[in-house]
Amino acid sequence: MGKVGIIGVAQTKYRRYNPASHAEMAYQVTREALEDAGLTIEDMDNTVTVCNDFWDGRTISCMTITEATGSHRVPTTNVEGDGTYGALMGAMRILSGLHKVTLVVAQSKLSEGIPSVITNAMFDPVYERVLGVDAINSSALQMRSYMSKYGVTEEQCAKVSVKNHRNAKANPYAHLPLDITVEDVLKSRVLADPIKLLDASPVSDGACAIIMAEEETAKKRYSKPIWVKGIGHCADAYHLGDRDLAEVDALASAARRAYKMAGIKNPMKEIDVAEVYDAFSYMELMWMEGLGLCGRGEAGAMVDSGLTELGGALPINPSGGVLSAHAVQVAGLARIAEAVLQLRGEANARQVEGARVALAHGIEGACGQGHCVFVLEN
Amino acid sequence: MKNRVSIVGVGQTHHRSKNTDCKGQELISIAVKRALESAELNMADIDAIVIGNMDHFESINYVDMWSVDGSGGYMKPIMKVTTGGTTGSAVGHAAFYHVASGLFDTVLAIGWEQNSESDTTAAISTCFDPITEREFCGGAIGPLAAQYTAYMSKYGATEEDAALVSVRDHNNAAKYNPYAHLRQMITTEEVMKSPYISYPIKLLDMCPRTDGACAIVFAGEDRARKTADRPAWVLGVGDCHILVNVADGIGLANLPSLEAAAREAYQMAGIINPFKQFDVAELYIPASTAGVCWMEALGLCEEGGGPRLIRSGATEMGGELPINPSGGVLATNPIGATGLLRIGEAALQVMGKAEQKQVDGAKVAVATGFGGCFWSDVTVISSLPQLN
Repeated sequence: MGKVGIIGVAQTKYRRYNPASHAEMAYQVTREALEDAGLTIEDMDNTVTVCNDFWDGRTISCMTITEATGSHRVPTTNVEGDGTYGALMGAMRILSGLHKVTLVVAQSKLSEGIPSVITNAMFDPVYERVLGVDAINSSALQMRSYMSKYGVTEEQCAKVSVKNHRNAKANPYAHLPLDITVEDVLKSRVLADPIKLLDASPVSDGACAIIMAEEETAKKRYSKPIWVKGIGHCADAYHLGDRDLAEVDALASAARRAYKMAGIKNPMKEIDVAEVYDAFSYMELMWMEGLGLCGRGEAGAMVDSGLTELGGALPINPSGGVLSAHAVQVAGLARIAEAVLQLRGEANARQVEGARVALAHGIEGACGQGHCVFVLEN
Repeated sequence: MKNRVSIVGVGQTHHRSKNTDCKGQELISIAVKRALESAELNMADIDAIVIGNMDHFESINYVDMWSVDGSGGYMKPIMKVTTGGTTGSAVGHAAFYHVASGLFDTVLAIGWEQNSESDTTAAISTCFDPITEREFCGGAIGPLAAQYTAYMSKYGATEEDAALVSVRDHNNAAKYNPYAHLRQMITTEEVMKSPYISYPIKLLDMCPRTDGACAIVFAGEDRARKTADRPAWVLGVGDCHILVNVADGIGLANLPSLEAAAREAYQMAGIINPFKQFDVAELYIPASTAGVCWMEALGLCEEGGGPRLIRSGATEMGGELPINPSGGVLATNPIGATGLLRIGEAALQVMGKAEQKQVDGAKVAVATGFGGCFWSDVTVISSLPQLN
């Protein structure tokens, strides 16, 4: 793979309700990513926006942030999916040799929608929607399936929540930094058994921008470009009943592709920090397995051992992860932004010392039907 | 460009106003199967998929994930691109970049829409700002109508000029395109007598809404040489989203985004004299009026020269530069597919596979996409990997 460097990142502080409009949030992160990269909007020769018509409540939702992201000035496109897919498109546009610097911006304001209705719309209109399936209760099916198959416990899942909310205290962008215990999680209100309130990510407004550049520009303009070494994406079957919800084959396929590109043979040893899409506590465990950080069904034990804590062998979600801040479409791009900060050594209180190789991950669709994996190096 | 990109297969459904015999997934699968047949490939040969439609028409969220059964995307890399009316061409360009990046070798682009399931105009109206625009912006038709009144005022173009475009496209579809939705021979009298929808656009000036799908197989050089005896090469792409507020576009007699996108694509492809260099054009003309006032943006005529170009007959089949042998958007408009169909039809032309629609000896073609807020995409396609 040719070289693509990430030379600018920015995020809004994630919160339940951001009074700024879609455009204002997008403008803020665009401006801040440009400042971070030491560039101006004139230096962007193309853009990728990441907007979803359902979450934004309008058709051609990318129109709302076209001007705010300078997308009216240059060739542009809109990826409708997690921000990691937007970053993938941004990288491909550079690797083509036709563009030098891509601005990628994702945003959403969940405060303006009804998430259960919006996620109910993921499901088949004729056969499934009437059941009232949404992101939370479908994920509950997955959590139960995973726990049953591998003997993972609610306590082990709760530990992920405890870890991530605590990690979030060191992240100024996080929506929910919390001091909680496993018992707090277990006692929290059941949303859809076995998912409890503290097993679930919040609903957040927010935006994120990254600036990707081809090699020469990246090296010339920025002292610490973070290189994209590998990317992989893959989608599983659509109907929940067509999948084994306890398994992570699509993620494993995406990870395999990314690792092959990056020359990673032993992810647990070679990756220093991972930012994964933990929309629910159990998901972090499943994604660890799909990423090959441990064998299938072994993630619970890994969390028990403390290996994924900030001081452990492979810290996962030092940012607090999606459990601590969940702006849909944005959260995967935010994982990339956080990984970049780690590899630059600019993650301050949440820094993983000496991080050289990072993994960033995003999901798409119900119960992680789709996955997109990035391997980054400094 | 580091990696050359070709098109080796095109498939589409037989477009209808309402498909009562298949649902969205099946519609997609028909187009995919036909594209694979056209390329003589299997699903196993496909490295990645890009799909697009406009969500609000079918009301399905995460179509990239939903469509897996129909797209053949099970356990494959898939992503969704959506940009409004330009979705089809944006999907084509996204597939182009998948291959051009060198990360994927054989990529399936899918555009589809089941417009029969939507209130099309109401859905389109939600693209406008809820506070400042939505009350008065009449979907797609109003802004197009306003644009032509400006062009008529500035250059003396007439409704009859636009009617000629409508007759050309409808009759091409009737005569040459068995896939087209509308296949009726019409006359300029019939167009002029049809009722106004939004002055000066009349019923027979306007595109239909259609259920349909299109799939195209994009391929890198290796795959191209192995499969197609005569692949179509994508020489240039341009995308431009220059306006976001409808008020900025109404009153403009021209289409700046098309000019900008054409400039970018032409430069990449080496097109310096479009009217002479193109053998055929598949243009996204959603209303006949656009077929008059957008020609100069593509460099096909002088400023204000749309009426002269149309009246000259040069854009008819058999003319110097046939436009829309397929019948274009006026005959067939499954919105998420429409822009991709233009690319597909242009590719079929230079591959010599356009059957009844074939323009003899076509070697260089241009395809455009339109949508959003006066947004445009341009694609230059040739039977040669580069122009001499």
